[in-house]
Amino acid sequence: MLTEMTIANAIEGLRQKEFSADELTRDHLKAINLLNNRLNAYITVTEKVALGQAKAADEKLASGDAPMLTGVPLAIKDLFCTKDIPTTAASRILENFIPPYESTVTANLLKDGAVFLGKTNLDEFAMGSGNLNSVFGAVENPWKRKGDDAFLVPGGSSGGSAAAVAARIALGATGTDTGGSIRQPAAYCGITGIKPTYGRCSRWGIIAFASSLDQAGPMAKTVEDCAILLQSMAGFDPKDSTSVDREVPEYRAACNRSLKGLRVGIPKEYCASGMSSEIEAIWQQGIDWLKEAGCEIVDISLPHTKYGLATYYIIAPAEASSNLARYDGVRYGHRVSGNSLDELYANTRGEGFGVEVKRRILMGTYVLSSGYYDAYYLRAQKVRKLIYQDFMNAYEKVDVLLTPTAPSAAFAKDEHQDDPVQMYLNDIFTVPASMAGVPGLALPAGLNKQGLPLGLQLLGRPFDEETLIAVGSAMEKAANFTYKPAIHSGVSL
Amino acid sequence: MTDKQKDDALDIKIVQRVAKLSALAVKENELAIYAQDLGGIIHWVEQLNELDVSTVEPMVGAENAKLRMREDKVTDGNCREAVLSNAPERIADFYAVPKVVE
Amino acid sequence: MNYVIVGSTGSWEVVIGLEVHAQVISKAKLFSGASAHFGSEPNTQVSLVDAAFPGMLPVINRECVDQAIRTGFGLNAQINLVSRFDRKNYFYADLPQGYQISQFTHPIVGKGEIEIELDDGTVKKIGITRLHLEQDAGKSIHDLAPKETCIDLNRSGVALMEIVSEPDMRSPEEAGAYLRKIRAIVRYLGTCDGNMEEGSMRADVNVSVRKPGEKYRTRCELKNINSIRYVMQAIEIEAKRHVEIYENGGEIDQETRLFDVVKGETRTMRSKEDAHDYRYFPDPDLLPLIVEQSHVDHLNATLIELPDAKRNRFQNEYGLSRYDANVLVAEKDIADFFENVAKGRDGRLASNWVTGELFAVLNKKGLSIHDSPVKAEAIGALLDLIGDKTINGKIAKEVFEDMVETGDMPADIVKRKGLRQVTDTGVIDKVIVDILFANADKVEQYKSGKDKLFGFFIGQVMKEMKGKANPVIVNELLKKHLSV
Ligand SMILES: [Mg+2]
Ligand SMILES: [Zn+2]
Repeated sequence: MLTEMTIANAIEGLRQKEFSADELTRDHLKAINLLNNRLNAYITVTEKVALGQAKAADEKLASGDAPMLTGVPLAIKDLFCTKDIPTTAASRILENFIPPYESTVTANLLKDGAVFLGKTNLDEFAMGSGNLNSVFGAVENPWKRKGDDAFLVPGGSSGGSAAAVAARIALGATGTDTGGSIRQPAAYCGITGIKPTYGRCSRWGIIAFASSLDQAGPMAKTVEDCAILLQSMAGFDPKDSTSVDREVPEYRAACNRSLKGLRVGIPKEYCASGMSSEIEAIWQQGIDWLKEAGCEIVDISLPHTKYGLATYYIIAPAEASSNLARYDGVRYGHRVSGNSLDELYANTRGEGFGVEVKRRILMGTYVLSSGYYDAYYLRAQKVRKLIYQDFMNAYEKVDVLLTPTAPSAAFAKDEHQDDPVQMYLNDIFTVPASMAGVPGLALPAGLNKQGLPLGLQLLGRPFDEETLIAVGSAMEKAANFTYKPAIHSGVSL
Repeated sequence: MTDKQKDDALDIKIVQRVAKLSALAVKENELAIYAQDLGGIIHWVEQLNELDVSTVEPMVGAENAKLRMREDKVTDGNCREAVLSNAPERIADFYAVPKVVE
Repeated sequence: MNYVIVGSTGSWEVVIGLEVHAQVISKAKLFSGASAHFGSEPNTQVSLVDAAFPGMLPVINRECVDQAIRTGFGLNAQINLVSRFDRKNYFYADLPQGYQISQFTHPIVGKGEIEIELDDGTVKKIGITRLHLEQDAGKSIHDLAPKETCIDLNRSGVALMEIVSEPDMRSPEEAGAYLRKIRAIVRYLGTCDGNMEEGSMRADVNVSVRKPGEKYRTRCELKNINSIRYVMQAIEIEAKRHVEIYENGGEIDQETRLFDVVKGETRTMRSKEDAHDYRYFPDPDLLPLIVEQSHVDHLNATLIELPDAKRNRFQNEYGLSRYDANVLVAEKDIADFFENVAKGRDGRLASNWVTGELFAVLNKKGLSIHDSPVKAEAIGALLDLIGDKTINGKIAKEVFEDMVETGDMPADIVKRKGLRQVTDTGVIDKVIVDILFANADKVEQYKSGKDKLFGFFIGQVMKEMKGKANPVIVNELLKKHLSV
């Protein structure tokens, strides 16, 4: 099976003619056929499209003029609009929606020769931390607790992408991260993911959840693979007013940078009470690795960390309540008729959206409505500024921050379901960086006693993804995380 | 439902008003659940009241950036089929909705 | 001139504020690259941004921003270097995004002031509260299908300027004058075509009444009125309604009302209870709109002359009365036409010819100045012929009539018709002598004190000379002969 390799290996192998793009793609499609019924990682498998792209890739490779990702099979989160391919946001309301356009990020990947295997499952409109809120059903985490076949969640919202990469049914994937939706599922599935700086990747053509927070990013087995994907995905886009016009550096080159003298901050506030000893231990392990690599460890404070989640759960729903107003059954998607236009709207949206999406729309409408705006929304924007300033102050003392990615390992499908606030706490370590717009990288650092992956998170200065990649690569070498999940392309079910 | 959850629950009337503003049909039996869930979330986010933010400027999004402007050129449009291709209902070259009375 | 409504409890004053929506003249829309042109096939001038497809994002059009700033100068208003776009959230058939991008808390143009002039010559200042940029909605068509409303998004996303006045107007006449002034300003600046019939300028009118000296009472908003005449009518009707209700012991509810032109009444559109809660918040897809002072200065420096400034200049430069100057500056095309005639010539004479002879012809033929059968250069040439005494004023009118008919240049007409004025004193003297001889009795009467007969002699001479004699010379010679 060719599904085991990294993207870096695949790029090399394709060029050395060790295998063809067609073979690589067929191996992946075969594995998807075997595993996807169980994992439910893909909503749509675009077999024909993928084989066509693979054929074109082989021709390019033969001509000797092939861009970086030529022939590399990827999975695309079903939040990216893909031309002529159904795009659902895992919502009934986008039933049968076929975009007549390609998102900028996926267009960049296609331009660089990538092969798209299909569209991956997610929490509806990217709202969730367990990939449990999909109209297409939950995604199963390919990892299992030792001696226990319980259905664990892959994290969310990019749960399908994370599970696909972990189970080796895609070499890499795209994700989006609004409050941790790349980093948290990466941690739960034992893979690597980068949420770039806000403005680094274009949001054009990505179905919006919370516009001031949404960022696309890569998910893959290694830091280097993420660097390769980010190189292609990132870049200025005049069609997105929040896209930043700034050169894209050679991310891959940062993988081998020396860390000598680099100052690494350890924010004491992330030592949340009730943090499991396993998480604490893996965090300490990460600190030790970096010390050995020549970094200086500095204790720092991000005093407003504890308010991150509450701030997020005002701002994100507020923006979402407005962003999702366009799903009204008039121009595209699901429609439920009514006797009047108002009834049509209410019926369409009442039936088209799932419970969590409706909960957040209601919450967002509430905090923006007259009489509540100042008390909730305006206050949250101010606290957001304090959180942002915390980070900026920290970056005067240190170059990068090291924290755990999530407060626990992957949880079982039937845990935390009753109380939304308990569910929201999964994002406690990822949300502050989203609020500040700074980049984050999550990577697997080890296994807990039950045999589940635990992740560490690096947070960097705005537009300094390179330092994250440099530090991440060093930690990756030290961690030597070679474990594989119980379910992957190399096993028979 | 615990006593605390009952205490935090939103007034059903507020849920109805917010649902109407959101153009969401909420079934009678779901109202109480939303009232409780939203009440709980709202109570929880009120922890922000601990902070004195009277002198803080609100943060809207990307900081220190300004809006980029495009030139006044016609670069888009003239794509009626693309615009209408996904419409659940259309009449001739229009989107169609139930009659709106003004 | 005070406008009051006299009721059974005394006199009432009307308080009026206006919100004008003016469509910005630009090639493309405010946030998309689709054409802003009016009147194309349905849904052809629509981008996926305008139709609010998933993941579509707004990018602002620089020209729309500049047009708003220019208009701000026209309103003598504060230009805000930092402004912001907010979302105004509501569901409506022709609002695809489910929100309108507008400027709520931080408009691009702040406080300003314009002068209006009433028929009796009174000049009044009207405060401008703000001008902000926002998107237009699409169009709902209700009469195409029996059970459906059809939606055309061609206008969706076209840039509008909303100009909000202070509640400074006190009569329908003032509101009319205000609208005409706003229209003149935007037309001068080329920022909006001011065409109310096509809907590129529309007004929302806020009306309340009060007893003199009272605080403001509750106002009602009359939505989307598309002619100045209707605005004036609607104010009158709405104010009377208020007075009637108050005098019958009732109260006015703050609400949005529609003006029914046919029935001549206003009626409730939205009461306060179901007033929208628009949930304004800063649009996270757009960053703050920051304009450089240097750019604002540049726009100011290249700004076209506005009606008030032009009127003042016409008064100073051409010696016109304020009234005549106002008539000429009411439309920029007329003012430009006048200046082409007047430049280097007698300004008052030019003004008389343009507002007199020319306007009469245009009125009669129902033409705009743009389609005038006589070009400014031709009228100028005519004035030159008067100036160098080639023809006199009376002959000039005959020449002008010919110009209107034939489009020929005045010199050609004078030549063709032999209308050159006679200045040869010998010729004129001979005619005078003959006429005085033939009218010896009248000469006697004149000499015995009947001064009025002087006009008779002039008339006779001119008649004999077919109007072509130089009137100054005729005058002089006649006086000389009669005083002997
Ligand atoms: Mg208004
Ligand atoms: Zn408006």
